[in-house]
Amino acid sequence: MNVRLYIWQRATAAIMAPLVLVHVAVIFYATRQGLSAADVLSRTRGSIAWAAFYGLFVAAVSIHAAIGVRNVLHEWTPLTERRAGFCAIVFGLLLAALGSRAVAAVVLP
Amino acid sequence: MHSELSVSLWLGGEDGRYESYSVPQRESQTVLDVVTFVQRNIDPTLSYRFACRVGVCGSCAMTVNGKPRWTCRTHVAKVAHGGRLEIGPLENLPVIKDLTTDMRVFFEKWQEAKGVFAPTKTRRDAIAQIRPDTPARIAADASIECINCGICYAACDTVRWNGDYFGPAALTRAWTLVSDERDGGNGARLQAVAGSGGCHACHSHQSCQELCPQSLNPTAAIAGLKRRTVAAYLKGEITA
Repeated sequence: MNVRLYIWQRATAAIMAPLVLVHVAVIFYATRQGLSAADVLSRTRGSIAWAAFYGLFVAAVSIHAAIGVRNVLHEWTPLTERRAGFCAIVFGLLLAALGSRAVAAVVLP
Repeated sequence: MHSELSVSLWLGGEDGRYESYSVPQRESQTVLDVVTFVQRNIDPTLSYRFACRVGVCGSCAMTVNGKPRWTCRTHVAKVAHGGRLEIGPLENLPVIKDLTTDMRVFFEKWQEAKGVFAPTKTRRDAIAQIRPDTPARIAADASIECINCGICYAACDTVRWNGDYFGPAALTRAWTLVSDERDGGNGARLQAVAGSGGCHACHSHQSCQELCPQSLNPTAAIAGLKRRTVAAYLKGEITA
């Protein structure tokens, strides 16, 4: 891992740390309040704040996890650094697509 | 105390095998004493390295019961539980024969990490006056006693997984020079250690710190390099 990837991975980790806490708090709140799916969707649909929150979360996860997977592939498989990087980009794009789809499903009106 | 030690020594090259010997146990006996006993009394073809026998030269490191150690300063009584010793060549380095490894790659990585002092003065200049209590000098002094034994390199998981990784010793040397105010080679050095084989490949497992016979802390030195390279990259002084 070079210095550029290191900075991206640490920066996305710093972004994710508070987001994870809020996300877990939301899960606790929703389950303890007994919110139904309809209750949750009524709060999230059309909300720019939740769209921004989870959109940022998905972007940070996609970058952070892809860099980590790149390192694992490079160190633990016979893949060259270049090929590990290619696989990681594909993995990151997949995470971004799936995550964006999930965010869109709960925030689009 | 057991009167006899059961000693297994690695014989041959990469495809060698462990051979068992019985060696008399003595007071204050070191692992190097055991290897020397075998070479002088049982198998004169046994190949191993040593020079000073007092923990200065860094040439006698071997794998002792699964861990890399300086054999001249490792007492048998501390590592031979149940009177058994298994002694092999250092890991993460090519085996030449028996207990000797080819350490060229270890030292080549010192060169790649720009571990050579780059002077900023000539012999005609006055000797630099360096205060020993500045933060930079304290950081440089922290790792100056490295004896190049290769134990940290053999202990490092990242070296095992990533053949391009410079390893703890080379990076610690680079950090010593980065912290040395007399040195003028930091541009090239920070660029070298910021690459894929450099400091950012370290996972901070700290095996180097745990097993360094000089009680140095390569993990802290590498962390220092991480901070300096990040700052240099953000200022545009180095590229990725």
